[in-house]
Amino acid sequence: MTYLPPGLPAPVIENDGLDLPYWEGTRQGVLKVQRCGACNTWQWGPEWLCHHCRSWDMRWVQVEGKGRIWTWTRCWHPVHPALRDHGPYIAVLIELPHAGDIRMLGNLLGDPEQAVTIGASVEAVFEPHDDAPAPYTLVQWRRA
Amino acid sequence: MERSLRGKVAVVGIGETRYYKHGQSPEPEFKLALMAILAAAADAGIDPSDIDSFASYSNDRNDPSRLAAALGTKELRLSNMQWGGGGGGGAAAVGNAAAAIITGQADIAVVYRALAQGQFQRFGRAAAGGTVSGDNALINPYGIFVPAQRFALKFMRYMHEHGVRREAMRAIAMASYHHAQSNPRAVMYGRPLTEEAYDTSRWIAEPYRLFDCCQENDGAAALILVSAERAKDFRHKPAYVLAAAQGSDHRNAARSFNAPDFASSSFGPVAPHLWEMAKLGPDDVDVLQSYENFTGGVLMSMAEHGFFKPEEANDFLTLENLLAPSGKLPLNTSGGNLAECYMHGLELQIEAVRQIRGQSTAQVPDVHVAGVIAGPMVTPVSTMIIGSQETL
Ligand SMILES: [Zn+2]
Repeated sequence: MTYLPPGLPAPVIENDGLDLPYWEGTRQGVLKVQRCGACNTWQWGPEWLCHHCRSWDMRWVQVEGKGRIWTWTRCWHPVHPALRDHGPYIAVLIELPHAGDIRMLGNLLGDPEQAVTIGASVEAVFEPHDDAPAPYTLVQWRRA
Repeated sequence: MERSLRGKVAVVGIGETRYYKHGQSPEPEFKLALMAILAAAADAGIDPSDIDSFASYSNDRNDPSRLAAALGTKELRLSNMQWGGGGGGGAAAVGNAAAAIITGQADIAVVYRALAQGQFQRFGRAAAGGTVSGDNALINPYGIFVPAQRFALKFMRYMHEHGVRREAMRAIAMASYHHAQSNPRAVMYGRPLTEEAYDTSRWIAEPYRLFDCCQENDGAAALILVSAERAKDFRHKPAYVLAAAQGSDHRNAARSFNAPDFASSSFGPVAPHLWEMAKLGPDDVDVLQSYENFTGGVLMSMAEHGFFKPEEANDFLTLENLLAPSGKLPLNTSGGNLAECYMHGLELQIEAVRQIRGQSTAQVPDVHVAGVIAGPMVTPVSTMIIGSQETL
Protein backbone atom coordinates (compact mmCIF):
# COMPACT_ATOMS: atom_id res chain seq x y z
CA MET A 1 0.00 0.00 0.00
CA THR A 2 1.48 3.31 -1.06
CA TYR A 3 0.31 6.79 -0.05
CA LEU A 4 -0.24 7.95 -3.64
CA PRO A 5 -1.75 5.81 -6.40
CA PRO A 6 0.43 3.97 -8.94
CA GLY A 7 1.36 5.70 -12.18
CA LEU A 8 3.40 8.62 -10.87
CA PRO A 9 6.92 8.94 -12.32
CA ALA A 10 9.39 6.50 -10.78
CA PRO A 11 12.67 7.89 -9.43
CA VAL A 12 15.80 6.49 -11.06
CA ILE A 13 19.43 7.01 -10.09
CA GLU A 14 21.04 9.89 -11.91
CA ASN A 15 23.08 8.76 -14.91
CA ASP A 16 26.22 10.27 -13.38
CA GLY A 17 25.70 8.31 -10.15
CA LEU A 18 25.57 11.37 -7.90
CA ASP A 19 22.59 10.21 -5.83
CA LEU A 20 23.24 6.44 -5.96
CA PRO A 21 24.02 6.09 -2.19
CA TYR A 22 20.72 7.77 -1.26
CA TRP A 23 18.56 5.45 -3.36
CA GLU A 24 20.55 2.36 -2.36
CA GLY A 25 20.12 3.38 1.27
CA THR A 26 16.36 3.80 1.13
CA ARG A 27 16.01 0.27 -0.31
CA GLN A 28 17.63 -0.94 2.92
CA GLY A 29 15.57 1.30 5.19
CA VAL A 30 18.48 3.66 5.81
CA LEU A 31 18.39 7.43 5.36
CA LYS A 32 21.68 8.77 4.01
CA VAL A 33 22.59 12.37 3.21
CA GLN A 34 25.80 14.19 2.35
CA ARG A 35 28.27 15.62 4.84
CA CYS A 36 31.57 17.28 4.01
CA GLY A 37 34.64 15.38 5.18
CA ALA A 38 36.65 18.59 5.39
CA CYS A 39 34.34 21.04 7.19
CA ASN A 40 31.44 18.86 8.42
CA THR A 41 28.79 20.90 6.56
CA TRP A 42 25.59 18.96 5.92
CA GLN A 43 24.36 19.12 2.33
CA TRP A 44 21.06 18.12 0.76
CA GLY A 45 20.24 17.47 -2.08
CA PRO A 46 23.42 15.92 -3.24
CA GLU A 47 26.08 17.81 -5.16
CA TRP A 48 29.65 16.94 -6.14
CA LEU A 49 31.19 19.80 -4.21
CA CYS A 50 30.78 21.14 -0.68
CA HIS A 51 29.03 24.50 -1.06
CA HIS A 52 30.69 25.81 2.08
CA CYS A 53 34.41 24.97 1.65
CA ARG A 54 34.59 23.65 -1.94
CA SER A 55 35.99 20.31 -0.80
CA TRP A 56 35.36 17.33 -3.10
CA ASP A 57 35.30 15.08 -0.03
CA MET A 58 31.51 14.70 0.20
CA ARG A 59 30.65 11.68 2.33
CA TRP A 60 27.38 9.81 2.71
CA VAL A 61 26.35 9.47 6.34
CA GLN A 62 23.35 7.77 7.89
CA VAL A 63 20.99 10.08 9.77
CA GLU A 64 18.11 9.32 12.08
CA GLY A 65 14.75 9.58 10.33
CA LYS A 66 13.37 12.28 12.59
CA GLY A 67 12.48 15.84 11.82
CA ARG A 68 9.88 18.57 12.01
CA ILE A 69 7.49 20.08 9.52
CA TRP A 70 9.00 23.26 8.04
CA THR A 71 6.27 23.95 5.48
CA TRP A 72 3.51 22.03 3.71
CA THR A 73 0.76 22.11 1.12
CA ARG A 74 -2.40 20.12 0.61
CA CYS A 75 -2.85 19.50 -3.12
CA TRP A 76 -6.41 19.32 -4.41
CA HIS A 77 -6.10 19.93 -8.14
CA PRO A 78 -4.93 16.78 -9.97
CA VAL A 79 -2.04 17.90 -12.13
CA HIS A 80 -1.03 14.37 -13.15
CA PRO A 81 -3.18 11.73 -14.87
CA ALA A 82 -2.46 9.24 -12.06
CA LEU A 83 -4.00 11.62 -9.51
CA ARG A 84 -7.30 12.12 -11.32
CA ASP A 85 -10.18 11.14 -8.99
CA HIS A 86 -7.72 10.55 -6.14
CA GLY A 87 -8.64 13.50 -3.91
CA PRO A 88 -6.39 15.65 -1.75
CA TYR A 89 -2.96 14.67 -0.48
CA ILE A 90 -0.41 16.38 1.72
CA ALA A 91 3.19 17.20 0.85
CA VAL A 92 5.48 18.24 3.71
CA LEU A 93 8.93 19.76 3.64
CA ILE A 94 10.75 18.33 6.64
CA GLU A 95 13.79 19.88 8.28
CA LEU A 96 16.31 17.72 10.08
CA PRO A 97 17.63 19.71 13.07
CA HIS A 98 20.23 17.03 13.87
CA ALA A 99 21.65 17.29 10.32
CA GLY A 100 22.25 21.00 9.84
CA ASP A 101 18.56 21.80 9.21
CA ILE A 102 18.67 20.25 5.75
CA ARG A 103 15.21 19.77 4.25
CA MET A 104 13.58 16.90 2.41
CA LEU A 105 10.18 16.55 0.78
CA GLY A 106 7.72 13.76 1.43
CA ASN A 107 4.06 13.04 2.02
CA LEU A 108 2.47 13.22 5.48
CA LEU A 109 0.88 9.82 6.05
CA GLY A 110 -2.59 9.52 7.53
CA ASP A 111 -5.81 11.39 6.89
CA PRO A 112 -5.25 13.66 3.88
CA GLU A 113 -7.61 16.22 5.43
CA GLN A 114 -5.88 16.29 8.82
CA ALA A 115 -4.76 19.63 10.28
CA VAL A 116 -1.05 20.24 9.66
CA THR A 117 1.13 22.22 12.04
CA ILE A 118 4.42 23.82 11.12
CA GLY A 119 6.99 22.71 13.68
CA ALA A 120 5.30 19.37 14.45
CA SER A 121 7.62 16.39 15.00
CA VAL A 122 7.64 13.61 12.43
CA GLU A 123 9.46 10.37 11.79
CA ALA A 124 10.46 8.68 8.55
CA VAL A 125 8.58 5.71 7.09
CA PHE A 126 10.13 3.76 4.23
CA GLU A 127 7.64 3.05 1.45
CA PRO A 128 8.86 0.34 -0.94
CA HIS A 129 7.71 0.19 -4.55
CA ASP A 130 8.82 -3.36 -5.25
CA ASP A 131 6.70 -3.84 -8.36
CA ALA A 132 8.31 -1.00 -10.30
CA PRO A 133 10.49 -2.07 -13.28
CA ALA A 134 13.43 -0.68 -11.30
CA PRO A 135 12.27 -1.12 -7.67
CA TYR A 136 12.73 1.88 -5.39
CA THR A 137 11.79 3.03 -1.91
CA LEU A 138 10.43 6.46 -1.02
CA VAL A 139 10.93 8.17 2.33
CA GLN A 140 7.59 9.26 3.80
CA TRP A 141 6.75 10.91 7.13
CA ARG A 142 4.23 10.46 9.92
CA ARG A 143 3.50 12.43 13.08
CA ALA A 144 5.80 11.29 15.88
CA MET B 1 32.57 55.70 -15.58
CA GLU B 2 29.27 54.99 -13.89
CA ARG B 3 27.91 51.59 -14.90
CA SER B 4 24.19 52.10 -15.39
CA LEU B 5 21.31 51.74 -17.82
CA ARG B 6 19.60 54.81 -16.41
CA GLY B 7 17.96 56.96 -19.06
CA LYS B 8 20.06 55.62 -21.95
CA VAL B 9 17.45 53.46 -23.70
CA ALA B 10 13.70 53.87 -24.23
CA VAL B 11 10.72 51.79 -25.25
CA VAL B 12 9.27 53.40 -28.39
CA GLY B 13 6.91 50.71 -29.64
CA ILE B 14 4.52 48.20 -28.07
CA GLY B 15 2.36 45.56 -29.65
CA GLU B 16 0.37 42.48 -28.87
CA THR B 17 -1.89 40.00 -30.61
CA ARG B 18 -5.39 39.31 -29.47
CA TYR B 19 -5.23 37.34 -26.22
CA TYR B 20 -6.88 33.92 -26.03
CA LYS B 21 -7.65 31.28 -23.44
CA HIS B 22 -5.02 28.54 -23.64
CA GLY B 23 -5.29 26.32 -26.65
CA GLN B 24 -7.76 28.64 -28.38
CA SER B 25 -5.46 30.62 -30.64
CA PRO B 26 -6.44 30.03 -34.27
CA GLU B 27 -2.87 30.92 -35.21
CA PRO B 28 0.31 28.90 -34.61
CA GLU B 29 2.83 30.25 -32.12
CA PHE B 30 5.45 31.46 -34.61
CA LYS B 31 2.83 33.44 -36.50
CA LEU B 32 1.69 35.02 -33.21
CA ALA B 33 5.28 36.13 -32.56
CA LEU B 34 5.47 37.75 -36.00
CA MET B 35 2.10 39.47 -35.52
CA ALA B 36 3.16 41.00 -32.18
CA ILE B 37 6.49 42.21 -33.58
CA LEU B 38 4.76 43.78 -36.60
CA ALA B 39 2.25 45.46 -34.29
CA ALA B 40 5.05 46.89 -32.14
CA ALA B 41 6.92 48.12 -35.25
CA ALA B 42 3.75 49.80 -36.51
CA ASP B 43 3.21 51.43 -33.11
CA ALA B 44 6.78 52.74 -33.22
CA GLY B 45 6.40 53.79 -36.84
CA ILE B 46 9.42 51.85 -38.10
CA ASP B 47 10.04 49.49 -40.99
CA PRO B 48 10.05 46.00 -39.38
CA SER B 49 13.13 45.04 -41.39
CA ASP B 50 15.09 47.70 -39.49
CA ILE B 51 14.77 45.72 -36.24
CA ASP B 52 18.26 44.26 -35.89
CA SER B 53 18.17 42.67 -32.43
CA PHE B 54 16.03 40.18 -30.57
CA ALA B 55 15.80 39.33 -26.85
CA SER B 56 13.52 36.88 -25.10
CA TYR B 57 13.20 34.63 -22.04
CA SER B 58 11.47 31.54 -20.65
CA ASN B 59 12.94 29.34 -23.40
CA ASP B 60 10.79 31.04 -26.02
CA ARG B 61 10.64 28.69 -28.98
CA ASN B 62 10.74 31.38 -31.67
CA ASP B 63 14.36 31.58 -32.74
CA PRO B 64 15.60 35.07 -33.73
CA SER B 65 17.28 33.74 -36.87
CA ARG B 66 13.99 32.38 -38.19
CA LEU B 67 12.19 35.57 -37.14
CA ALA B 68 14.81 37.64 -38.95
CA ALA B 69 14.46 35.56 -42.11
CA ALA B 70 10.68 35.83 -41.99
CA LEU B 71 10.72 39.58 -41.31
CA GLY B 72 13.30 40.33 -43.99
CA THR B 73 15.61 41.76 -41.35
CA LYS B 74 18.35 43.70 -43.13
CA GLU B 75 21.04 42.80 -40.62
CA LEU B 76 20.76 40.52 -37.57
CA ARG B 77 22.83 41.64 -34.60
CA LEU B 78 21.86 40.64 -31.03
CA SER B 79 20.21 37.22 -30.58
CA ASN B 80 19.70 36.92 -26.85
CA MET B 81 17.96 34.46 -24.52
CA GLN B 82 17.78 34.88 -20.75
CA TRP B 83 18.67 31.59 -19.06
CA GLY B 84 16.19 29.98 -16.69
CA GLY B 85 13.55 31.33 -14.42
CA GLY B 86 10.60 31.16 -16.84
CA GLY B 87 8.57 34.34 -16.53
CA GLY B 88 11.15 35.61 -14.08
CA GLY B 89 13.23 36.66 -17.09
CA GLY B 90 10.91 39.30 -18.54
CA ALA B 91 12.61 42.39 -17.15
CA ALA B 92 16.02 40.79 -17.68
CA ALA B 93 15.28 40.49 -21.42
CA VAL B 94 14.69 44.26 -21.50
CA GLY B 95 17.85 44.84 -19.47
CA ASN B 96 19.88 42.60 -21.76
CA ALA B 97 18.60 44.36 -24.88
CA ALA B 98 19.21 47.78 -23.30
CA ALA B 99 22.77 46.82 -22.36
CA ALA B 100 23.42 45.70 -25.93
CA ILE B 101 22.11 49.00 -27.31
CA ILE B 102 24.22 51.07 -24.91
CA THR B 103 27.38 49.12 -25.71
CA GLY B 104 26.94 49.37 -29.47
CA GLN B 105 25.93 45.74 -30.04
CA ALA B 106 22.40 46.58 -31.14
CA ASP B 107 20.48 49.54 -32.59
CA ILE B 108 16.79 48.65 -32.73
CA ALA B 109 15.88 45.74 -30.46
CA VAL B 110 12.64 43.87 -29.94
CA VAL B 111 11.83 42.06 -26.70
CA TYR B 112 9.18 39.44 -27.39
CA ARG B 113 7.31 36.45 -26.02
CA ALA B 114 4.86 34.18 -27.83
CA LEU B 115 2.81 31.33 -26.41
CA ALA B 116 0.43 28.83 -27.97
CA GLN B 117 -0.04 26.31 -25.22
CA GLY B 118 -2.45 24.22 -27.25
CA GLN B 119 0.35 23.60 -29.73
CA PHE B 120 2.84 22.81 -26.97
CA GLN B 121 2.66 21.45 -23.43
CA ARG B 122 1.17 23.66 -20.74
CA PHE B 123 3.16 24.91 -17.78
CA GLY B 124 0.50 23.85 -15.30
CA ARG B 125 0.21 20.21 -16.24
CA ALA B 126 2.64 17.34 -15.80
CA ALA B 127 3.52 14.76 -18.43
CA ALA B 128 2.27 11.23 -17.79
CA GLY B 129 4.25 8.23 -16.54
CA GLY B 130 7.91 7.49 -17.10
CA THR B 131 10.86 8.01 -14.81
CA VAL B 132 12.49 11.04 -13.21
CA SER B 133 16.01 11.67 -11.97
CA GLY B 134 18.01 14.32 -10.17
CA ASP B 135 16.06 16.99 -8.29
CA ASN B 136 12.75 15.82 -9.77
CA ALA B 137 13.31 12.33 -8.33
CA LEU B 138 13.16 13.90 -4.87
CA ILE B 139 9.95 15.80 -5.65
CA ASN B 140 7.68 14.34 -8.36
CA PRO B 141 7.04 10.92 -6.73
CA TYR B 142 5.36 12.85 -3.87
CA GLY B 143 2.86 14.42 -6.27
CA ILE B 144 4.63 17.79 -6.48
CA PHE B 145 5.08 18.86 -10.10
CA VAL B 146 3.84 22.28 -11.09
CA PRO B 147 4.61 25.84 -9.97
CA ALA B 148 1.34 26.17 -8.01
CA GLN B 149 2.42 23.33 -5.72
CA ARG B 150 6.10 24.22 -5.47
CA PHE B 151 5.34 27.86 -4.70
CA ALA B 152 2.57 26.95 -2.25
CA LEU B 153 5.33 25.49 -0.06
CA LYS B 154 7.16 28.84 -0.09
CA PHE B 155 4.17 30.99 0.71
CA MET B 156 2.71 28.69 3.37
CA ARG B 157 5.93 29.16 5.33
CA TYR B 158 5.98 32.93 4.66
CA MET B 159 2.40 33.29 5.94
CA HIS B 160 3.40 31.38 9.07
CA GLU B 161 6.46 33.54 9.70
CA HIS B 162 4.78 36.91 9.09
CA GLY B 163 1.13 36.39 10.00
CA VAL B 164 -0.14 37.13 6.49
CA ARG B 165 -3.92 36.82 6.14
CA ARG B 166 -5.90 35.57 3.16
CA GLU B 167 -7.57 38.97 2.78
CA ALA B 168 -4.22 40.36 1.58
CA MET B 169 -4.04 37.69 -1.14
CA ARG B 170 -7.66 38.38 -2.06
CA ALA B 171 -7.00 42.12 -2.51
CA ILE B 172 -4.27 41.31 -5.07
CA ALA B 173 -6.60 39.06 -7.07
CA MET B 174 -9.49 41.53 -6.84
CA ALA B 175 -7.32 44.43 -8.06
CA SER B 176 -6.36 42.57 -11.24
CA TYR B 177 -9.94 41.56 -11.98
CA HIS B 178 -11.21 45.06 -11.22
CA HIS B 179 -8.79 46.65 -13.68
CA ALA B 180 -9.56 44.06 -16.36
CA GLN B 181 -13.17 45.27 -16.43
CA SER B 182 -12.10 48.48 -18.19
CA ASN B 183 -9.67 46.73 -20.56
CA PRO B 184 -11.30 45.23 -23.68
CA ARG B 185 -8.07 43.29 -24.45
CA ALA B 186 -8.42 41.35 -21.19
CA VAL B 187 -9.50 37.74 -21.35
CA MET B 188 -11.53 38.39 -18.15
CA TYR B 189 -13.14 41.58 -19.52
CA GLY B 190 -16.80 41.42 -18.57
CA ARG B 191 -16.13 38.78 -15.92
CA PRO B 192 -15.74 40.60 -12.58
CA LEU B 193 -14.63 38.81 -9.43
CA THR B 194 -16.50 39.16 -6.15
CA GLU B 195 -15.14 38.57 -2.65
CA GLU B 196 -17.58 35.72 -2.29
CA ALA B 197 -16.47 34.07 -5.52
CA TYR B 198 -12.84 34.33 -4.38
CA ASP B 199 -13.59 32.98 -0.90
CA THR B 200 -15.55 30.01 -2.16
CA SER B 201 -13.35 29.11 -5.12
CA ARG B 202 -11.82 25.66 -5.08
CA TRP B 203 -8.43 24.88 -3.64
CA ILE B 204 -5.61 24.27 -6.07
CA ALA B 205 -2.79 23.73 -3.56
CA GLU B 206 -3.22 25.29 -0.11
CA PRO B 207 -2.85 28.23 0.52
CA TYR B 208 -3.74 28.93 -3.13
CA ARG B 209 -7.32 28.92 -4.34
CA LEU B 210 -8.28 29.08 -8.00
CA PHE B 211 -8.27 32.89 -8.14
CA ASP B 212 -4.79 33.07 -6.58
CA CYS B 213 -3.41 31.39 -9.70
CA CYS B 214 -2.68 32.89 -13.11
CA GLN B 215 -4.54 31.87 -16.21
CA GLU B 216 -2.87 30.02 -19.02
CA ASN B 217 -3.20 31.78 -22.34
CA ASP B 218 -2.21 32.03 -25.96
CA GLY B 219 -0.93 35.14 -27.65
CA ALA B 220 2.20 37.21 -28.18
CA ALA B 221 3.60 40.57 -27.11
CA ALA B 222 6.57 42.72 -28.12
CA LEU B 223 8.36 45.94 -27.18
CA ILE B 224 10.74 47.97 -29.38
CA LEU B 225 13.78 49.58 -27.75
CA VAL B 226 16.18 52.19 -29.12
CA SER B 227 18.80 54.50 -27.64
CA ALA B 228 17.58 57.58 -25.78
CA GLU B 229 19.11 59.83 -28.46
CA ARG B 230 17.00 58.22 -31.18
CA ALA B 231 13.88 57.87 -28.98
CA LYS B 232 13.02 61.57 -29.26
CA ASP B 233 12.28 61.15 -32.99
CA PHE B 234 9.52 58.59 -32.50
CA ARG B 235 5.81 59.32 -32.53
CA HIS B 236 4.98 58.26 -28.95
CA LYS B 237 6.26 59.65 -25.67
CA PRO B 238 9.35 57.52 -24.89
CA ALA B 239 9.35 55.32 -21.80
CA TYR B 240 12.94 55.41 -20.56
CA VAL B 241 14.55 52.43 -18.86
CA LEU B 242 15.66 53.83 -15.50
CA ALA B 243 16.95 50.54 -14.13
CA ALA B 244 16.88 46.79 -14.56
CA ALA B 245 18.25 44.11 -12.27
CA GLN B 246 18.37 40.33 -12.41
CA GLY B 247 19.58 37.45 -10.26
CA SER B 248 18.53 35.59 -7.15
CA ASP B 249 19.60 34.97 -3.59
CA HIS B 250 22.27 32.66 -2.17
CA ARG B 251 21.95 29.05 -3.42
CA ASN B 252 18.40 29.61 -4.59
CA ALA B 253 18.47 26.45 -6.73
CA ALA B 254 19.77 24.15 -3.98
CA ARG B 255 18.02 20.85 -4.60
CA SER B 256 15.05 19.52 -2.69
CA PHE B 257 13.91 23.01 -1.67
CA ASN B 258 17.07 23.72 0.37
CA ALA B 259 17.49 27.37 -0.64
CA PRO B 260 18.41 29.16 2.61
CA ASP B 261 15.81 31.87 1.91
CA PHE B 262 13.30 29.43 0.41
CA ALA B 263 10.24 31.27 1.78
CA SER B 264 10.78 34.29 -0.46
CA SER B 265 10.18 35.71 -3.93
CA SER B 266 13.98 35.63 -4.65
CA PHE B 267 14.19 39.44 -4.90
CA GLY B 268 16.04 39.98 -1.60
CA PRO B 269 19.45 40.89 -3.09
CA VAL B 270 18.07 41.94 -6.51
CA ALA B 271 15.77 44.83 -5.55
CA PRO B 272 18.56 46.92 -3.92
CA HIS B 273 20.45 46.91 -7.24
CA LEU B 274 17.28 48.20 -8.91
CA TRP B 275 16.81 51.14 -6.57
CA GLU B 276 20.49 52.03 -6.67
CA MET B 277 20.54 52.18 -10.47
CA ALA B 278 17.20 54.02 -10.70
CA LYS B 279 18.30 56.51 -8.01
CA LEU B 280 14.77 56.09 -6.70
CA GLY B 281 12.98 54.28 -3.90
CA PRO B 282 9.63 52.52 -3.44
CA ASP B 283 7.91 55.79 -2.49
CA ASP B 284 8.73 57.25 -5.92
CA VAL B 285 6.76 54.62 -7.84
CA ASP B 286 3.46 55.96 -9.22
CA VAL B 287 2.08 52.64 -10.51
CA LEU B 288 3.27 49.05 -10.18
CA GLN B 289 2.91 45.99 -12.39
CA SER B 290 3.90 42.88 -10.41
CA TYR B 291 3.83 39.44 -12.03
CA GLU B 292 1.12 37.28 -10.59
CA ASN B 293 1.97 33.66 -11.11
CA PHE B 294 0.31 33.39 -7.70
CA THR B 295 -0.95 36.11 -5.37
CA GLY B 296 1.51 35.07 -2.68
CA GLY B 297 4.39 35.77 -5.05
CA VAL B 298 3.16 39.32 -5.62
CA LEU B 299 2.96 39.91 -1.89
CA MET B 300 6.51 38.69 -1.27
CA SER B 301 7.84 40.60 -4.31
CA MET B 302 6.35 43.85 -3.07
CA ALA B 303 7.73 43.31 0.43
CA GLU B 304 11.19 42.45 -0.89
CA HIS B 305 11.13 45.59 -3.04
CA GLY B 306 10.42 47.59 0.12
CA PHE B 307 6.87 48.75 -0.64
CA PHE B 308 5.99 47.50 2.84
CA LYS B 309 7.47 45.34 5.56
CA PRO B 310 6.24 41.74 5.64
CA GLU B 311 4.35 42.36 8.86
CA GLU B 312 2.63 45.37 7.24
CA ALA B 313 1.27 43.31 4.33
CA ASN B 314 -2.23 42.94 5.79
CA ASP B 315 -2.59 46.69 6.24
CA PHE B 316 -1.06 47.73 2.91
CA LEU B 317 -2.79 45.17 0.70
CA THR B 318 -6.37 46.40 0.72
CA LEU B 319 -8.35 46.71 -2.49
CA GLU B 320 -8.73 50.46 -2.02
CA ASN B 321 -4.95 50.94 -1.88
CA LEU B 322 -4.37 48.95 -5.06
CA LEU B 323 -6.90 50.50 -7.44
CA ALA B 324 -6.37 53.11 -10.16
CA PRO B 325 -6.70 56.01 -10.34
CA SER B 326 -6.32 57.13 -6.75
CA GLY B 327 -5.12 54.17 -4.65
CA LYS B 328 -1.92 54.43 -2.66
CA LEU B 329 -0.14 52.15 -5.16
CA PRO B 330 -2.28 51.09 -8.14
CA LEU B 331 -1.34 47.51 -9.02
CA ASN B 332 -1.63 45.52 -12.26
CA THR B 333 -3.73 48.12 -14.00
CA SER B 334 -4.38 46.13 -17.20
CA GLY B 335 -5.63 43.09 -15.30
CA GLY B 336 -2.21 41.47 -15.31
CA ASN B 337 -1.51 37.77 -15.54
CA LEU B 338 -4.63 36.95 -13.55
CA ALA B 339 -7.19 38.75 -15.66
CA GLU B 340 -5.70 40.39 -18.79
CA CYS B 341 -3.52 37.61 -20.16
CA TYR B 342 -0.76 35.35 -18.90
CA MET B 343 1.77 36.47 -21.50
CA HIS B 344 4.47 35.54 -19.00
CA GLY B 345 4.49 39.14 -17.82
CA LEU B 346 5.32 40.89 -21.07
CA GLU B 347 1.80 42.34 -21.01
CA LEU B 348 2.78 43.96 -17.69
CA GLN B 349 5.71 45.72 -19.33
CA ILE B 350 3.46 46.96 -22.11
CA GLU B 351 1.00 48.23 -19.51
CA ALA B 352 3.79 50.11 -17.72
CA VAL B 353 4.65 51.84 -21.02
CA ARG B 354 0.99 52.72 -21.54
CA GLN B 355 0.89 54.27 -18.06
CA ILE B 356 3.94 56.43 -18.88
CA ARG B 357 2.30 57.47 -22.17
CA GLY B 358 -1.06 58.15 -20.53
CA GLN B 359 -2.80 55.45 -22.62
CA SER B 360 -3.92 52.91 -20.03
CA THR B 361 -7.54 51.79 -19.74
CA ALA B 362 -7.07 52.30 -15.98
CA GLN B 363 -4.86 55.38 -16.18
CA VAL B 364 -3.25 56.77 -13.05
CA PRO B 365 -2.85 60.59 -13.25
CA ASP B 366 0.62 62.05 -13.84
CA VAL B 367 2.62 58.84 -14.02
CA HIS B 368 6.34 59.46 -14.23
CA VAL B 369 7.74 56.30 -12.61
CA ALA B 370 6.36 52.82 -13.32
CA GLY B 371 7.67 49.61 -11.80
CA VAL B 372 7.56 46.19 -13.44
CA ILE B 373 8.42 43.13 -11.36
CA ALA B 374 8.85 39.94 -13.41
CA GLY B 375 8.01 36.42 -12.27
CA PRO B 376 8.75 35.81 -8.57
CA MET B 377 9.86 32.71 -6.62
CA VAL B 378 11.93 31.34 -9.52
CA THR B 379 15.64 31.70 -10.19
CA PRO B 380 16.80 33.97 -11.64
CA VAL B 381 14.22 36.75 -11.22
CA SER B 382 14.31 40.24 -12.69
CA THR B 383 12.77 43.66 -12.19
CA MET B 384 12.78 47.06 -13.89
CA ILE B 385 11.75 50.69 -13.58
CA ILE B 386 10.73 52.87 -16.49
CA GLY B 387 10.14 56.59 -16.43
CA SER B 388 9.04 59.64 -18.37
CA GLN B 389 11.30 62.33 -19.85
CA GLU B 390 10.83 64.29 -16.61
CA THR B 391 12.65 61.64 -14.56
CA LEU B 392 15.90 61.92 -16.50
ZN1 LIG C 1 33.09 21.56 3.32
